[in-house]
Amino acid sequence: MISELPILSLLVWTPIIGGLLILTAGAKGSDGAYRLALVFSLATLLLSIPLYTDFDVSTHLMQFEEFASWIPVLNINYHLGIDGISMPLILLTSFVTVLVVIASWKMIEYRAAQYMASFLIMEGLMIGVFSALDAILFYVFWEAMLIPMFLIIGIWGGPNRIYATIKFFLYTFLGSVFMLVALVYLYLQTSSGSFEVLDFHLLSLSYTEQMFIFVAFLVAFAVKIPMWPVHTWLPDAHVEAPTGGSVILAAIMLKIGAYGFLRFSLPITPDASHALDWLIISLSLIAVVYISFVAIAQEDMKKLIAYSSIAHMGFVTLGIFIPFTIYEKSGVMSGAILGVEGAIVQMVSHGFISAALFLCVGVMYERVHSRKIRDYGGVVNTMPVFASFMVLFALANAGLPGTSGFVGEFMVILSSFKANFWFAFFAGTTLILGAAYSLWMVKRVIFGAVANDNVASLKDLQVREVIVLGSLAVMVLLVGLWPAPLVEVMHASVEQLLEHISNPKF
Amino acid sequence: MPIPVMDFTLIAPEIFILLMACLILVVDAYIGDDYRDVSYVLTQVTFIVAAWLTWGSSTGETEVLFSGTYVRDAMGDVLKMFIYLASFVVFLYSRDYLKTRKLFKGEFQVLGLFAVLGMMVLVSAHSLLTVYLGLELLSLSLYAMVAFNRDSAQSCEAAMKYFVLGALASGLLLYGMSILYGTTGSLDLEVISNQVAALENPLPAMLALMFIIAAIAFKLGAVPFHMWIPDVYHGASTPVTLFLGTAPKLAAFALAMRLLVDGLEPLYEQWRDVLILLAVLSLAIGNIVAIAQTNIKRMLAYSTISHVGFLLLGILAGNAAGYSASMFYAITYVLMALGAFGMILLLSRSGFEAEELEDFKGLNDKSPWFAFMMLILMFSMAGVPPTVGFYSKLLVLRAIIDVDLIWLAAYAVTFAVIGVFYYLRVVRLMYFDKPVDTSAIESRMDMRMALSINSLAILLLGIFPGSLIAICIDAIS
Repeated sequence: MISELPILSLLVWTPIIGGLLILTAGAKGSDGAYRLALVFSLATLLLSIPLYTDFDVSTHLMQFEEFASWIPVLNINYHLGIDGISMPLILLTSFVTVLVVIASWKMIEYRAAQYMASFLIMEGLMIGVFSALDAILFYVFWEAMLIPMFLIIGIWGGPNRIYATIKFFLYTFLGSVFMLVALVYLYLQTSSGSFEVLDFHLLSLSYTEQMFIFVAFLVAFAVKIPMWPVHTWLPDAHVEAPTGGSVILAAIMLKIGAYGFLRFSLPITPDASHALDWLIISLSLIAVVYISFVAIAQEDMKKLIAYSSIAHMGFVTLGIFIPFTIYEKSGVMSGAILGVEGAIVQMVSHGFISAALFLCVGVMYERVHSRKIRDYGGVVNTMPVFASFMVLFALANAGLPGTSGFVGEFMVILSSFKANFWFAFFAGTTLILGAAYSLWMVKRVIFGAVANDNVASLKDLQVREVIVLGSLAVMVLLVGLWPAPLVEVMHASVEQLLEHISNPKF
Repeated sequence: MPIPVMDFTLIAPEIFILLMACLILVVDAYIGDDYRDVSYVLTQVTFIVAAWLTWGSSTGETEVLFSGTYVRDAMGDVLKMFIYLASFVVFLYSRDYLKTRKLFKGEFQVLGLFAVLGMMVLVSAHSLLTVYLGLELLSLSLYAMVAFNRDSAQSCEAAMKYFVLGALASGLLLYGMSILYGTTGSLDLEVISNQVAALENPLPAMLALMFIIAAIAFKLGAVPFHMWIPDVYHGASTPVTLFLGTAPKLAAFALAMRLLVDGLEPLYEQWRDVLILLAVLSLAIGNIVAIAQTNIKRMLAYSTISHVGFLLLGILAGNAAGYSASMFYAITYVLMALGAFGMILLLSRSGFEAEELEDFKGLNDKSPWFAFMMLILMFSMAGVPPTVGFYSKLLVLRAIIDVDLIWLAAYAVTFAVIGVFYYLRVVRLMYFDKPVDTSAIESRMDMRMALSINSLAILLLGIFPGSLIAICIDAIS
């Protein structure tokens, strides 16, 4: 019965319609806005559960497909569908949005209805990005998503918010317009003029064509992830964004870039990806090592977590582009599967951990109105419950075994050993550096003597905050201790992807 | 050769507009200031009836009338429908503004009607003579409209500048036409096209082409013939700017299509290169200089220039896909410009012109609804989905990538990103800044409704652009 419903459409449009309703209905009082937002985000979460329960893990084919003609003269279609790569990310999106709604409950002083509406509309658009199988539909969601984020940072952000949000918008927009040119080019290469992503996968393209298209995609996705050296918008955006904005940005938006690599770059331009994988791998390793050092030096907690996000995303891109080297060495793709799966696990896990850490900073910021590390110290004395959550998430961020942070990193490091010892060596430094910046922050903020009056007067978590952090803690431990269900759903899709890219296209 | 009666029925809309313009002129002379609404209503009814006449007499076939001087075709009909629509909206938006400034006079409507007649003649021109006739009728009406607020030194200066430069452009056009006539011996665009294709020495025709392109570029406002645009947009009173920046753009597109495509397609290789140059310059200058503006009318003027650059890209692709992309671009641009200039009129009130960018500060606090409407318009101009501005850029990109001008596509999107910056600045002022003056918006209900429909149409067309794209494609092929 459930499979009869257009689940993906419901997932995309329920939050968007909810957001529009909040805009119109919530203008009178903000209480209604919060309630409506909670109802619609919970409804979306509930609707997304069948994606997991009814998911067929044995096939790499697209599931829950929906197809309707949208712009017939250009052969652009409303085509949705998911596989094992996109499904976990959709669940992550609907889960994190609910937490953002709860975490913002009655905390927004200015135009709460617009704030909640922005988040819900963004949720729908992000789910759209993950489920679109038509390139133009994908692009529309991808770009439209920038508008609510632009407003969230700009309206509810910190003192330097205008600079940060315009930088965020222009950077991402600059990246994506070249992708648009590439998509139109691909469209003109298909025999019947189609924007179907799956048709693009089958196109045979010359080496030069692939190189150009790969670079166009790379610009778009590298900015979004963000990879070193086009990462500079991220710390600015994170520092200025309100807590909810940071959470969505880190937990989901960054993943969209990595998803783009898996859905577009690798299958459409496998030979160019192969030829340029050294570039991506180097940039990833620079991100892991160099950005981790940068993170250590931060005095602002949000900035620190932002840099740690860039470093962790370095693992994701490393895992995605490692298969070619393994394939060259061993001649089989099976050894490489660990790297890509590790990357996806890392994406999901980082979604939980970064969301949790930004929420933790938000909890402190709401009480003390400072994000500076030196304004804190000895928080454990006044907020013991909070302190235990924060320590758990910091440990997860450092990749402690038993937490989700460990699983993804371990899988990626393991597979990079198969490729090249030095890849693994540099990737492995994260275990030290990650621990250094995460734990050193925790030491300075949480432990020690009570630093000042502000900290002394802190009140521990409210029920609302315990629910939010608690559910994230459960997910972090669940994925950390029992990652099998997550890996299982993506296995067939990743296998097929690797099979696809091991065949040259020309 | 006797002229068939059928020809007259096919130009019924033109005849009707002419008669109504004369009628309103007379009626307006006899009614007092208290009854100016009569001429306003008559004008609006004229547009509705003209649209009905055009629709009713449209056959979808290409029919050449009056011994080859005039043509009714699908492209012309679609453009005319949108010219009526744009003009209708212009008069609707302008009403309050003109009333509060004691400028609500019948001449405004009459001049507008003559300008529309000029556009219609231009859109349907099939000979050099009709092109020139339509263009002059349009231009002379516009010169007078720019100077309409005769007590404003700024308006008069703008009108003077417009007139002098416009006369120069007309002169260039005439000179080019005379050379073309001398080379081919005909005024009929179809005959010219055949003659030019058969020329052994195309040099004189190419010389003519350069003059003609200069005139087209002037009318469109492409760099380096753009200098009048910011000054005239800025100097003219806002309703005139609104008119100037919308419907005549459709006519200018038709001018380019009639002369370059209908008349000079054999010289495609030559005019393509010139148009590339114009487009490259327009995209760069328009987008970069717009950043430096503090007056929103000037900013939108430079933004027009950059949009013209995109529009030229479609034409220079030189195939049906490109022409229909340009046509779609022109139509959607007109809809966006109507909304954007309309928003300035909405915020203006007696003694206060909302023409500075600063005047948009904190609009979200004053009126979240209209801030959202302006947000849609700005993102649409920037080409961000889900607004219709995205599809107009997409179609143009598709057309030029199809003819292997990929570098040009990359160039165009790069400058589109630069363009985003100044559109974002408007959004930023509305949403991120606090209002300077908190007085409420005073506009009447019909204006509010129309502007909301205008902006929502941009959003709706952005979600379902298919039918409008199909109309443009059908109109060209």
